[in-house]
Amino acid sequence: MTDSAIATNPTPVAAAAAVPPKLAVRDLHFYYNGFHALKGIDMDIPSMQVTAIIGPSGCGKSTLLRIFNRIYAIYPKLEAKGSIELDGENILDPSYSMNRLRSKIGMVFQKPVPFPMTIFENVAYGIRHHEKLPKAEMENRVEQALRSSALWNEVKDKLKQNALGLSGGQQQRLCIARAIALKPEVLLLDEPTSALDPIATGRIEQLVEELKSQFTIVIVTHNMQQAARVSDLTAFMYLGELIEFAQTEKIFTKPDKKQTEDYITGRFG
Amino acid sequence: MPVATPTDILEQRSRRDVRHERLFRWLLKGCALIVLAALLGAAGATLWGGRDAFATFGWHFLVSSSWDPGNDVYGALVPVYGTIVTSFIALLIAVPISFGIALYLSEVAPTWLRTPVASAIELLAGIPSIIYGMWGLFVFAPFFANHIKPWLTNNLGNKPDDGKLSWVAEHVPFVGKLFGSDYPFGASILVAGIVLAIMVIPFISSVMREVFQTVPTRLKESAYALGSSTWEVSWDIVLPYTRSAVIGGIFLGLGRALGETMAVTFVLGNAMQLSASLLDPGTSIASTIANQFSEASGLQKSSLMALAFLLFVVTFIVLLIARLMLRRLASKEGR
Amino acid sequence: MNTLYLRRRITNALAMTLSMLATLVGLAFLAWILWETLRQGISALDLKLFTKITAYGEDGGLANAMVGSLVINFIGIAIATPIGVLAGTWLAEYANRTKLGESIRFLNDILLSAPSIVMGLFVYTIIVLPSTALTHGSTTFSGFAGGVALALIALPVIVRTTDEMLRLVPSTLREAALSLGVPQWKLTLQILIRAARSGIITGVLLALARISGETAPLLFTAFGNNYMAINPIEKMSSLPQIIYQYANDPGDAMHALAWAGAFVITMFVLLLSLGSRLILSRTKVSHD
Repeated sequence: MTDSAIATNPTPVAAAAAVPPKLAVRDLHFYYNGFHALKGIDMDIPSMQVTAIIGPSGCGKSTLLRIFNRIYAIYPKLEAKGSIELDGENILDPSYSMNRLRSKIGMVFQKPVPFPMTIFENVAYGIRHHEKLPKAEMENRVEQALRSSALWNEVKDKLKQNALGLSGGQQQRLCIARAIALKPEVLLLDEPTSALDPIATGRIEQLVEELKSQFTIVIVTHNMQQAARVSDLTAFMYLGELIEFAQTEKIFTKPDKKQTEDYITGRFG
Repeated sequence: MPVATPTDILEQRSRRDVRHERLFRWLLKGCALIVLAALLGAAGATLWGGRDAFATFGWHFLVSSSWDPGNDVYGALVPVYGTIVTSFIALLIAVPISFGIALYLSEVAPTWLRTPVASAIELLAGIPSIIYGMWGLFVFAPFFANHIKPWLTNNLGNKPDDGKLSWVAEHVPFVGKLFGSDYPFGASILVAGIVLAIMVIPFISSVMREVFQTVPTRLKESAYALGSSTWEVSWDIVLPYTRSAVIGGIFLGLGRALGETMAVTFVLGNAMQLSASLLDPGTSIASTIANQFSEASGLQKSSLMALAFLLFVVTFIVLLIARLMLRRLASKEGR
Repeated sequence: MNTLYLRRRITNALAMTLSMLATLVGLAFLAWILWETLRQGISALDLKLFTKITAYGEDGGLANAMVGSLVINFIGIAIATPIGVLAGTWLAEYANRTKLGESIRFLNDILLSAPSIVMGLFVYTIIVLPSTALTHGSTTFSGFAGGVALALIALPVIVRTTDEMLRLVPSTLREAALSLGVPQWKLTLQILIRAARSGIITGVLLALARISGETAPLLFTAFGNNYMAINPIEKMSSLPQIIYQYANDPGDAMHALAWAGAFVITMFVLLLSLGSRLILSRTKVSHD
């Protein structure tokens, strides 16, 4: 990396004109075991849009996503510096409570990870920690979440069965249902289809399309076509730096930076 | 805002979570510390119980061979000797056999045979020690007295039945003494050693087998590619690679053998005497305690506690070495 | 060159043969021990084993010893399971890679093979002696003390399996729960332990198998009792203790009873280890 101007000069976001961003990343650095993994990221993620983060493996895209809900904090020797503002409040501030943060920002992981309990319990489990709901209301909430994740019709007759019996694609949609059941404002998807077959992947992509009317979505993907298909904005990262962040169409047709173009056209990565 | 929960309720819940979390952590840590307490407590309780014996006899306790409840004089030498010699015999027998088993199961046996045979050997480890004791007392010791012992005393020992010394007893030093005995029964130090060996074989062989399997395939394959035989690969590649863990496994077996009570008590003959012959009865620390503790009082009880303390310290050290050696291979693997 | 090659081949063949022989020796002893236990045990089986108590000696059975074993083992497992599972959880979830955690994991492995007779003396010191002092005089051996001694032996087995099984649970499961805002203690109790459930149950069964044959720690704690005792504050008999006592008795009838007891214990232990193996092979940790 020779282009040091990038690190100091915040990349302007095409869409973020008058509307304040949902998530504002400011001069974010991240270290693990002394390794400098993110080097001064500045980024404004707009509300109610799908933002994709792409880049070769090891570029820090997943790391960035995992800072958005501070999931990294469960491991020792990891440290984030800088700020990430959610609606103007810095979520990296220790006084920002985890409960609050995680009820506002939901996350879905690479591999489907259903909890070892029934399908119903999987969705209800998270809700129960945040709200005390009467039985009927809880059933309603679970149904809604399962409907929103396009899983309801497939599981409505077997809600009491173990979630581990579902197919991989269904498990992943269950995980999405579990995340959106908390009614978060932001939904983080960390390569949500990398463990799925093409048909299941298609369903998830379709789902992302549907969900963006309700949530601000940030998706990390190693699949450029996926980013092109589902996102409104795309960020390209390389070696811990944000190289370019713009409308998806622009990134994929006429990117400003040579590195972005090289990556998109498959010359490296 | 899609969530209608007011912030102060959220904060309240966060504080409650933190409190619960702290409580839970302390509970868990407390449980883990019980492990520590058990070890310290066992050492402390036996040391405290043995304080009279240590105070009365001092260092003499370790080197004195008298165990005389009549005159209230006690020394640890005889049981210590019995413990060490039986464990040593056990290792002498168990180590080569365990190595053979581990080798067979990891390099030689056809794949379909490995798991069932390994499970069977591990079954041996699950049999309670008292069963070994029963078998030793009622089956093996008589068998030994009838079939093996006469041959040993006549061909190796210095007290043969017909009075004619064999060539070995006459020309090789010590051997005559080791195998000379006019005691008619099977129960003896040698039999105890053999029963112990059978007990520790599954422990040692399963550790060895496990560590042999950690040797990277590429290492073995590159040796085979040079034309090495299975034996050469095992001896020149596998064994050096796993040496520390193999020693760890042997020490683990030693730790077991030293502390074993029941299997030994049944077949040791329980004689408070020092004899050079392996065919004579003896005693061990654990069997002395098992036999005498419930009827002992005063200084005798204290001496038994002191014996237990010695046993605990020695096995602790042996097991410590075992675990350190085993850990060395684990760190090589990067676990 | 040829002789060298021949020598190498002979060495190899010899070594392979010896290794097979060693395995056969191991299996032969296993077969011999099991065979004798089955043969002598089955021929001594009798209904009175289960109906009569040891007070009748030669004409008696082992009923009180069996009941005693059940009670003492139950106490041992009931104490060791919660403590062991929580301690193992601490090692895997809270103290993994910390200094204290590593030390306790290490010491637990040592406790795993510490001499059981010393554990018996430890419990004798902390429970039997003080209760003797409290009751002014007569030594108060009790089934409870025996249970505590067995708990100390079961504890490291349960700690270790819990620790190992939890560390097999993929970290993605932890992240998924935490991303929902679930606090770590809930995650641990409600999700992780459940995910590792079958492994932990296996550990408990193995611990039960381990303690159900233990004799040495019971000699100075539960002591023995020729009559039926169910209340754990009384002296209590147990199968291993009766076997030990009867095997040292000169009478053949007593030996037969001892063999019968040995048979019962062996069957129990073998079934337990078989059962735990089945559980483990059927449902590993519920996540790959």
